[in-house]
Amino acid sequence: MSESLAVRITDLDVTFATDAGEVHAVRGVSLEVRRGEVVAIVGESGSGKTVTARTILGLLADSAIASGEVLVDGEDVLAVSRAELRGIRGAKAAMVFQEPSTALNPVFTVGWQIAEGLRAHGRISRGEARRRAIDILRRVGIPSPETSVDKYPHEFSGGQKQRVVIAMALVLDPAVIVADEPTTALDVTVQAEILDLLRRVRDEFGTAIVLITHNMGVVAELADRVVVMHDGEIVETADVRRLFAEPKDPYTRTLLAAVPRVELRERAPAGGEVVVRARGLRIEYPGRFRQPPFRAVDGVDFELRSGEVLGLVGESGSGKTTIGRAIARLTRVTGGSLDVLGVDVARARERAFAPLRRRIGFVFQDPASSFNPLLTIGAAIAEPLVVHGSEEERANAARRVGDLLEAVRLPRAYADRFPHELSGGQRQRASFARALILGPDLLIADEPTSALDVSVQASVLELFEDLRQRFGFACLFITHDLAVVDQVADRIAVLHRGRIVEEGPSARVLGSPQEAYTRRLIDSLPVPDPELQRRRTGR
Amino acid sequence: MSGTAVAVRSPWWARLPIVRQIRQSVGVQRFMLVTGLAITLGCIAVAAFAPLIAPYGFNQLRGADGVPFPTHAAPSAAHPWGTTLAGYDVLSRVVFGTQTALLAIVLAVAMSIVVGVLLGLLSGYFGGALDRVLVVVCDAIYAFPTLLLAIVVAIAISHGQSGLWQGVLAAGISITVVYVPQYFRVVRAEVVRIKAEAFVESAKVIGAPTARIMFLHVLRNSLRTLPLIMTLNAVEAFETLAGLGFLGLGIEPSAAAEWGYDLQKAVPDVTSGIWWTAIYPGVAIVVLAVGVTLLGEGLNDLSDPRLRHRRRPVLRARRALPEPPQPGPVEPPAVFPAPKEPL
Repeated sequence: MSESLAVRITDLDVTFATDAGEVHAVRGVSLEVRRGEVVAIVGESGSGKTVTARTILGLLADSAIASGEVLVDGEDVLAVSRAELRGIRGAKAAMVFQEPSTALNPVFTVGWQIAEGLRAHGRISRGEARRRAIDILRRVGIPSPETSVDKYPHEFSGGQKQRVVIAMALVLDPAVIVADEPTTALDVTVQAEILDLLRRVRDEFGTAIVLITHNMGVVAELADRVVVMHDGEIVETADVRRLFAEPKDPYTRTLLAAVPRVELRERAPAGGEVVVRARGLRIEYPGRFRQPPFRAVDGVDFELRSGEVLGLVGESGSGKTTIGRAIARLTRVTGGSLDVLGVDVARARERAFAPLRRRIGFVFQDPASSFNPLLTIGAAIAEPLVVHGSEEERANAARRVGDLLEAVRLPRAYADRFPHELSGGQRQRASFARALILGPDLLIADEPTSALDVSVQASVLELFEDLRQRFGFACLFITHDLAVVDQVADRIAVLHRGRIVEEGPSARVLGSPQEAYTRRLIDSLPVPDPELQRRRTGR
Repeated sequence: MSGTAVAVRSPWWARLPIVRQIRQSVGVQRFMLVTGLAITLGCIAVAAFAPLIAPYGFNQLRGADGVPFPTHAAPSAAHPWGTTLAGYDVLSRVVFGTQTALLAIVLAVAMSIVVGVLLGLLSGYFGGALDRVLVVVCDAIYAFPTLLLAIVVAIAISHGQSGLWQGVLAAGISITVVYVPQYFRVVRAEVVRIKAEAFVESAKVIGAPTARIMFLHVLRNSLRTLPLIMTLNAVEAFETLAGLGFLGLGIEPSAAAEWGYDLQKAVPDVTSGIWWTAIYPGVAIVVLAVGVTLLGEGLNDLSDPRLRHRRRPVLRARRALPEPPQPGPVEPPAVFPAPKEPL
């Protein structure tokens, strides 16, 4: 059974009708997935990897048409009727979604949701459905499944929710599970557990897994074979170890080269005057009615000196973004002191703080929403000048915007474009231009590369290094990605539940972590190298 | 990807509000939009050229020769749509009635937009006590029937006898009062959403003045859904005017032509077999309502990408596709995120 084919895709073509005309998203893709095998489809956004995987379940939008053949356990999903397709979904092919909190219906218990899948495929008694739901929850590692089966999704943590989603996919014992970025929304420590579970699913259930991801570390950790897609076509298919050891296609090589790795760079300690100093910094969000306030940042001390990059690392909910926002006064400080450029943000009025704003630049995480869609890029970059600049500076704004665009390696002509006409990476560059146009002393970069593809991320990080040397700003670099922080930061502060657990030079913190939490964070990081992984996990 | 990295910008005229939607639409949605637009534009043209189209004035009771018009005359060459009991020419009354209806629409829409949008912006942006009070007041107004309010306003403004402006104002003000909460709700919801977007925070971080953030960044991005409410608002405005006229609180026939008034005066005629006095003003009301509603529905469907129909793509031979153009010197493309359908 283990060698039989779960999925065979032959010459698949998918075209979408969009407002901007037709988009030929997948062209002539052929691939095979055997039972008990994990095949990873990797590629950057727009490469067609998600569309390809979704056709396995017949999940294409109405605006798409597909040709070719997609055999799932012997049945062609492109040729069957809607009713037959319904029979295939769940029973032969199932899906695990990216965001577990939206994949579960919040008003039903998880047991009910698992049973729903069972009831959709044949008559089954209530007691029997419950028994099977409990059984499957136990097998995916939900603690005390007999009681958990009656719980609602919000009673589970993010990682447990993803386990429930996987349980729902497994309950009918499908031939193949399509996992679309199954760990992207999860913290790295939780990601490691889910990857472990998926590996067990493959070994114990003999299920084929089609893994869609952009994370090469996850690929190295989980996949048996890798399919690299680019521009809707397959550029390379190889065994995972061969792909990482000797990639053949030039695109695969650039993709692998762009993956950030922890390399423990030594840096000379930068030290100048203090730009930001936090002492016992506490930030609380008001609680709901009769609930105590939520303490996002709980007594944090740190210093940021001029010319230095401090990496603020932590998982979601650690308070790292809140600290960045507090420095720019987007969030109110509720305790302790936070001196920014000599002014205590916790006590100063906006009037006293306003003149400092021209010395602070901010780069936001999401390039899609960080520009006003109705203003040209040029107008957006010039806004700080318009607000703070002198008469003369405003008169020369156009030239200055052009200079900045060149500094972030965008053509000058882009000043006349609108944000939607730029790609995510280009917008993030423009975002740096806007933050730097007044030559700030302090730059706050809140996950500036998290929303980008790896190769784009690599080029933005390189740009960051270049800009830093030219403009010489101090920077608070907020990220959840240890490999990224290793590339840019002189010092690292690791946050956990609103407290700094460890702080020190980057190479020291990442190379010889003192605290258990830091060690766990580093150990959970999937390494984009299957050989090293094997040695590390002893498999 | 077969798409280009940067969407090609269409010429300026193609980006104008309604032109863009027509170019975007196909099938039934295009039919609705185009029909609605044609009827609405037709009505506007009739109103604009009313003195040229109508054979007589709206309050004219005798011909150029001084001979009074016959009463209850059936349609004829002299009076194509007949005359009423009082001797008015029905065609002229209907044509001039368009002017009154459009005047009510413009007034009501303009007043409710200005008030509703400003309140929505303030309430959504600043929040707090102001927001809570305004929301409660608006919810209370929701429960108030339009026509009842219009009657009260009509009596307050004109003490029962109305000229053109009193009648239109009565309808306009009552519609404004009822519609302000709707604009308020929609704009407030959009403002609350937009306020949290990164580009607004980015303007705050820059230190931009509050007024600049509110009007340049927030307001301009919050107005996308307004055309839809505007069309609903428009229909309700002239229907309220007609309703007032029908109840006898509208505009005197000597002051302006008004469909509701004419319809009311035609009620006794219907039983005596005189159809032309009722049918024409009635049809005029229906046509304008249908036209504006179709326009609104068309815009509504198109504004939601999930409801919008698109031309089905034709699958071409793979080989025939040209190589995708390589975008700029900067970095790999980007562009269309893999299409995602709602789960």
